Amino acid sequence: MSEIGQNLRVVEHATCTFCGCVCDDMDLTVDLDAKRITKAKNACTLGRAWFAEHTIEDKPPARIDGKPATTAEAIEAAAQILAGARLPIIYGLSDTTCEAQRQAVAIADLMHGNIDTTTSVCHGPSGIAFQGVGESTATLGEIKNRADLVIYWGGNPAESHPRHFTRYAVTPKGMYIPNGRKDRYVVLADVRRTPSAPVADLFLLVKPGRDFELLWALRALVKGRKIDPSIEESTGIPLATLETLVERMKSCRYGVLFFGMGLTMTRGRHFNSGAILALATDLNEYTHFVAKPVRGHGNVTGADNVVSWQTGYPFGVNFSRGYPRFNPGEFTTVDLLSRGEADAALIIASDPGSNFPKRAIEHLKRIPVIVLDAKDTDTTELARVAFRTATYGINTTGTVYRMDDVPITLRPAFDSPFPGDEEVLTALKDRLRVLLNEKRGGALRKAA
Amino acid sequence: MSHTGRTMGSAIRITNGRVYDPANGVDGCVQDLCIQDAKVVAEVPADARKIDATGMVVMPGGVDIHCHIAGPKVNLARKLQPEDKRLDVVPSTPYTRSGSGGIIPSTFATGYRYAAMGYTTAMEAAVTPIGARHVLEELHDTPIIDKGFYVLLGNNVFLYRLLKEGRREEFREAVAWWVNATKAYTVKLVNPGSDELWKGRRNANISDLNENIDQFDLTPLDVIRAFIETVNDLGLPHPAHIHCNNLGHSGNATTTLDTMRAAEGRRVHIAHVQFHSYGGEPGKNPTSRGPEIADYINSHPNITADVGQVMFGKATAMTADAPLAHLLKGVSGNKWVNADTENESGCGIVPFTYQEKVYVHALQWAIGLELFLLSKDPWRILLSTDHPNGGSFTMYPKLIRLLMDREFRNDEIRKVNQRAIRKTILGDDLAREYTLSEIAIISRAGPARALGLKDKGHLGVGADADITIYEDDPDREKMFSTPRYVLKDGKLIIADHEFRADHEGRILHATPAYDPDIEKAIRPFFEDYYSIRFDNYAVSDRYLHNHQVIPGQIIPAVQPQ
Ligand code: SF4
Ligand SMILES: [Zn+2]
Repeated sequence: MSEIGQNLRVVEHATCTFCGCVCDDMDLTVDLDAKRITKAKNACTLGRAWFAEHTIEDKPPARIDGKPATTAEAIEAAAQILAGARLPIIYGLSDTTCEAQRQAVAIADLMHGNIDTTTSVCHGPSGIAFQGVGESTATLGEIKNRADLVIYWGGNPAESHPRHFTRYAVTPKGMYIPNGRKDRYVVLADVRRTPSAPVADLFLLVKPGRDFELLWALRALVKGRKIDPSIEESTGIPLATLETLVERMKSCRYGVLFFGMGLTMTRGRHFNSGAILALATDLNEYTHFVAKPVRGHGNVTGADNVVSWQTGYPFGVNFSRGYPRFNPGEFTTVDLLSRGEADAALIIASDPGSNFPKRAIEHLKRIPVIVLDAKDTDTTELARVAFRTATYGINTTGTVYRMDDVPITLRPAFDSPFPGDEEVLTALKDRLRVLLNEKRGGALRKAA
Repeated sequence: MSHTGRTMGSAIRITNGRVYDPANGVDGCVQDLCIQDAKVVAEVPADARKIDATGMVVMPGGVDIHCHIAGPKVNLARKLQPEDKRLDVVPSTPYTRSGSGGIIPSTFATGYRYAAMGYTTAMEAAVTPIGARHVLEELHDTPIIDKGFYVLLGNNVFLYRLLKEGRREEFREAVAWWVNATKAYTVKLVNPGSDELWKGRRNANISDLNENIDQFDLTPLDVIRAFIETVNDLGLPHPAHIHCNNLGHSGNATTTLDTMRAAEGRRVHIAHVQFHSYGGEPGKNPTSRGPEIADYINSHPNITADVGQVMFGKATAMTADAPLAHLLKGVSGNKWVNADTENESGCGIVPFTYQEKVYVHALQWAIGLELFLLSKDPWRILLSTDHPNGGSFTMYPKLIRLLMDREFRNDEIRKVNQRAIRKTILGDDLAREYTLSEIAIISRAGPARALGLKDKGHLGVGADADITIYEDDPDREKMFSTPRYVLKDGKLIIADHEFRADHEGRILHATPAYDPDIEKAIRPFFEDYYSIRFDNYAVSDRYLHNHQVIPGQIIPAVQPQ
């Protein structure tokens, strides 16, 4: 339709934040007139779609009760809501920068509210398991360089993290993996044969809900215990297959167990995560072995890190007593909403309005909701105050953490007329401080 | 104390305090101290705000030369131990953020707890280069204190390749490049040579400094020599900071002595030397070789060391020495973290508790005290617990009391495993009691000098106005736990034991010169063996916020005394 603008530029080494792979090798061709990315070299299909979809929409920067508003008006309205709430909650955070996440925790601290991230509905059980048993882990480059046995459990990276195989773990050549794919043995365990299955040398079709039993049997076999052949009946995998696999695990030089939400969000949850982490730990008595959750959102790992360093706990943190407390099930967002306890919500770069359980969504509809998002969602629909913000990595810089805790700085492609999350949250925090100061009789001083 | 609204830019006169400023030869003289803006000055106007320090002890703010307070491994250890935080909460105040305590406090709590103890500078001692952004983000959230970090280069695969190929010039340039790219303060070596065996040879370790590091045709000793020389040549403010091989193993004093000898008179810092002063046979119970190590350091002025004192109670082994952490996992049965960093490092974390009645723990505790009590030069044997490895930094006041108070020390000695005590000189009722001046040296003036921080650790004109004022108390633990006043950059942070302001300290870092052409040699290695792009690796200035470049110093090698 329209002419292609001549004002093109290429942003090299940009980062895709669409999934937890956080590929930092994007070379983006940007049409600065049309304000859109016309080409994303090296991106997978999901990444290409992510970059291509982003344009600057002709929409107001904010809405209050559905009516267009300025950012400043929306900040005032949002601050009034939060200042008047008794248990305000903050949720989301996995698709924004660490810089914005820092401000969000500061707001939760200031208003003695609750903060939680999408971790509580994806790899929260892995976080809990980590607290229980620890973890042997590695950065993805180490896996590229060394892993000769790669096991995926409960995930479908071919569709969810398309470059996980090619960039990090299966096909790339590495320092001690000179022939790439040929030098690795790949195993996939899942309850159905997904499009990821063809990559595997060995596919284990696990009976649904039987991951824990299977992992526990593997642990026992690693330790030289006897397992009853009835394991096949209960898990779907013959004992002989397990025995061969265990031999392979103990004799590889560098093994890795990747696991996804098929493991963490099914029957057993943190017991499943704990079992797989413990299996990797046990194997270190024989060889070198690591385990890694395959995290979904672009900066969910950053959210875990920021919330942890500021509060000591990774998600589900409550400040109502003036200091952080951690209790998943009590301070996790689905639970706070389903029990009807929260009386205001600040949702950042997330869409609980579409993916939370019905009871939680019903409560969201009853209370004043403030949303920061780059696009319209079910949650912006039900919001009292909705900010339209710039997209991280496309319009704003900032820091994201890849699923293996490697921090990367974003290189924005083009400017947005909308403010970034960090900017909005900082302004909101400053205004809220003034309001709360009045409310608490001048007790709050200007902090650094 | 009438004007509470003043911030930086004000003049302050601290009157009538007993000043301990050993760097300037001031040993408990009653004198005034003048502050203008963020610096100590000779005089201030008569209407300057006054702080009456009559009867109180005035010292420079404390400087911690070796601790683990921020960055990737610290955050893993923090996440790992929620059970340790429930009972140690840190509520927000009108001035300060909330947080959590325990053995690995949250970032805010870390800054506040150092400040509340009168410390105003702390150096994070081990960060992977790829984790530099992370540590800088956490340090940005660590309030009040100035801070920097040491970057782990001692197991760096690219640098090993340069050494293997004899490319020493390029090695030097690459080391300088890495310090700049990460905004580090100096170079840290941890168990040089071990990572390759740990990751590549089924969790093996290297125990002999002359053993070959797999395919590199290098020995740990080659690596140690190359780094000591190079860091001296580059003139970094602080020399190579070394965690010697064989940490914690019986008989490791030999390794430690060999490492120190490899310096050949050049500057070097030996980290947490207590953990490296053991006699006995490998695999059997350790004995003490503390006196021998203390002697060697006493007679070699090129060497500085921090003690890494063990304090009974909760600790966390948290180290780039992954094989050691795995060993401690076996000993303690506790949960364990291992974290491999591509081409750069290993890492291990194990929660740990030191117990008075356990022979090895009591021996470690006693060896630390031996090192302190046999030190002839407090400027070079410095206070640390290798927080959180030997215990929390919040145990420093108790450690100070152990050093200053013979009677208290003897009482404590009687409580611990006596079989261990008999292996040391501690049973001999050592008479030595550290003076306040000596404490000011091991906790301020000495670390500042070893770090090349010319404006810290003293109170002369031009010094940073980082000042702690204690109420004198014969109970030295109590005295050093709760200073009456703490000033940071001339700003009154704590008055009457309470926070009166928040403050953002500076990142301290070094910027040694290098030839930018070295990037051409490094870049292809990244393309082959790293998982992020070379162009996305170096940390931009945006992460520095408040910062200060500390100039280097070239110090020639010296002969033993
Ligand atoms: S794998 Fe993920 S991060 Fe990489 S390009 Fe595809 S969507 Fe983006
Ligand atoms: Zn240390």
